[in-house]
Amino acid sequence: MKHLLGTEGLDPATALAILDTADGLKRTLLGREVKKLPTLRGRTVITCFYEDSTRTRVSFEIAGKWMSADVVNVSAGSSSAKKGESLRDTALTLAAAGADCVVVRHPASGAAHRLASWLAHTNTSVVNAGDGTHEHPTQALLDMATLRERLGSVEGRRIAVVGDVLHSRVARSNVHLLTSFGADVVLVAPPTLLPTGVADWPVGSAGSLRVSHHLDAELPTADAVMMLRVQAERMHGGFFPSAREYSIAYGLSEARAAMLPDHAVVLHPGPMLRGMEISAAVADSPRAAITQQVANGVHVRMAVLYHLLAGEEDAA
Amino acid sequence: MSTFIVKGARPYGEDAVDIEVTDGVITAIGQGLTGDETVDAAGLVALPGFVDLHTHLREPGREDTETIETGSRAAALGGYTAVFAMANTDPVADNAVVVEHVWRRGQEIGLVDVHPVGAVTVGLKGEKLAELGTMARSTARVRLFSDDGLCVADPLIMRRALEYTKALDAVIAQHAEEPRLTVGAQAHEGDLAARLGLAGWPSVAEEAIVARDCLLAKHVGARLHVCHVSTEGTADVLRWAKARGTRVSAEVTPHHLLLDDERLNTYDPVNKVNPPLRTTTDAAALRQALADGTVDCVATDHAPHAAQDKDCEWSAARPGMLGLQTALSIVVATMVEPGLLDWRGVARVMSERPAEIAGLTDQGRPIAVGEPATFTLVDPAARWTVRGAELASIAANTPYEGMELPGAVVATFLRGKLTARDGKATA
Repeated sequence: MKHLLGTEGLDPATALAILDTADGLKRTLLGREVKKLPTLRGRTVITCFYEDSTRTRVSFEIAGKWMSADVVNVSAGSSSAKKGESLRDTALTLAAAGADCVVVRHPASGAAHRLASWLAHTNTSVVNAGDGTHEHPTQALLDMATLRERLGSVEGRRIAVVGDVLHSRVARSNVHLLTSFGADVVLVAPPTLLPTGVADWPVGSAGSLRVSHHLDAELPTADAVMMLRVQAERMHGGFFPSAREYSIAYGLSEARAAMLPDHAVVLHPGPMLRGMEISAAVADSPRAAITQQVANGVHVRMAVLYHLLAGEEDAA
Repeated sequence: MSTFIVKGARPYGEDAVDIEVTDGVITAIGQGLTGDETVDAAGLVALPGFVDLHTHLREPGREDTETIETGSRAAALGGYTAVFAMANTDPVADNAVVVEHVWRRGQEIGLVDVHPVGAVTVGLKGEKLAELGTMARSTARVRLFSDDGLCVADPLIMRRALEYTKALDAVIAQHAEEPRLTVGAQAHEGDLAARLGLAGWPSVAEEAIVARDCLLAKHVGARLHVCHVSTEGTADVLRWAKARGTRVSAEVTPHHLLLDDERLNTYDPVNKVNPPLRTTTDAAALRQALADGTVDCVATDHAPHAAQDKDCEWSAARPGMLGLQTALSIVVATMVEPGLLDWRGVARVMSERPAEIAGLTDQGRPIAVGEPATFTLVDPAARWTVRGAELASIAANTPYEGMELPGAVVATFLRGKLTARDGKATA
């Protein structure tokens, strides 16, 4: 694997290897006072964020540092992008400067793919840390890691993905990954927040995908509920009448959470809009795995960096 | 007196004849004609010179991507003898000064007749009619007006434009795109764009404006031309409008006949156009509509762009692709080879109808005695491989890079003057 650009088309065996590595790293580091492994010593990871982010950028930075890589953070606001440098030139500059891996977040869908094409003749790997409304593969992998811990396996499990699917890269990556591992995914949203033709999307052969507009009907049979962030700017975009109406129809209140089976788990990629998308009580309840997702994010990203930068060497 | 003989050409793909040209006019057609100078055209199909109603020449303003001179060369090499240069230049061609500059440069270069298209509204802003009459009465004699790149979205402004141009014997060419339905749009609204996370440009945004404008044109009795039709639904609307006597014509681009939205998969913006590449069903419907006359003609929407404006993220890239030198071959591939059009049909959609729509009296004329010697020689058996860098345009943004295409333009004559021969423009 040279790049991680998305979960669509990601070989399930590769995904499984990343998840198993992440699990192993988590167990290795458990209880350690000094969380540092020498695996990526001498390798350089550059995080290049063209969009604001706290959790993802920090997660990658910690992941790199715990693997002993040299991590350099670049943000668009303080980079040459602000002076008008193109993404292509920035990519070539980073590669020429010795980056072994560029972790990129960008508001344009496909930006990570373009970056990878420009770096095809270099040894620099690209990790997509979120491109527009397209994919966010490490988020889906960390969600999968969390679900595996909570449910054992997602095969045959019913996962409800709720909210702004239309604009959600998290949802897209999860649809591909979850169904390739045999999960039955139901997307729950008003029609205005569902992508065109979503019901006909090709999905992993082991699982299934369907669409629902009625959250209450889906909760009693859901093994997991993955709440999505409703981006603030969407609230005035005519996608739904008001935050209140959205909350009434699609917010995960305590009453709604009570409809879930006892074993069901609640996820949210954050940042959360408490009171609208999810009630504070549910977000802080034992069935919520939100902080567990964040913790797993570091291990998953360590595993991704390992497979990109060290996996082949070790295999050889 | 200048006389030469074009030997053995096949007008409209029919029997081989010799064509005598004297002082820019066809003076004889027959067998065994002789003269001091001959042009060997054995096996070549002779067609009236192509007329492109939709070309972006970028001058003034973006001469780094195309000039009237380089665009003229590309046109001549593509078999064109007249092109209509769109108004979205910098400054905008919304006044007599700019359209006269474009006209004059075209005359100076002399490879094709360059007809400036005037903007419908000042600055293409869609708010206030440009001085349409002044442009029409200028030396450029503008007869086609368009805000192309942008839609005249306000129905009242569109009505006024249609009404006003009736007195000028002119046509409003509309880029049909309801802007409220295409906010942030990046690609055809469909399954693939949704999976790729690209905001959708729905077919209905085009169809709704075409339907509205057909109703307006019928209501005021004016002439409407629909630019770059891209959807099956638009073809249906045109069929309906024409059946009820609306004075509407329409064009389709070669790329909308051949390509579809599956090409988005790589995120390579060389495939980004406006309107976007649609589905295979749409492309098939457009081929049928062109064959049956619902869509009148082929227009290239030739849109050169600098490398940095294309070799970037999809959403940052400018829409458009080169078209002048590949148009004939794409028409051969999509219409002639499948049997949808014969060579007379090609002459109709690439020359005769566009000339009629724009009111040109000396273009799109038959290959016949007494007519201007404005024709193109095509090798129907040729195949060639597209190399963007080898095309005459300054820019190289072609989606056909490396593709082998059928049919090639061998020579182009404008009023008896050889403007292109064997891949070289002869300025």
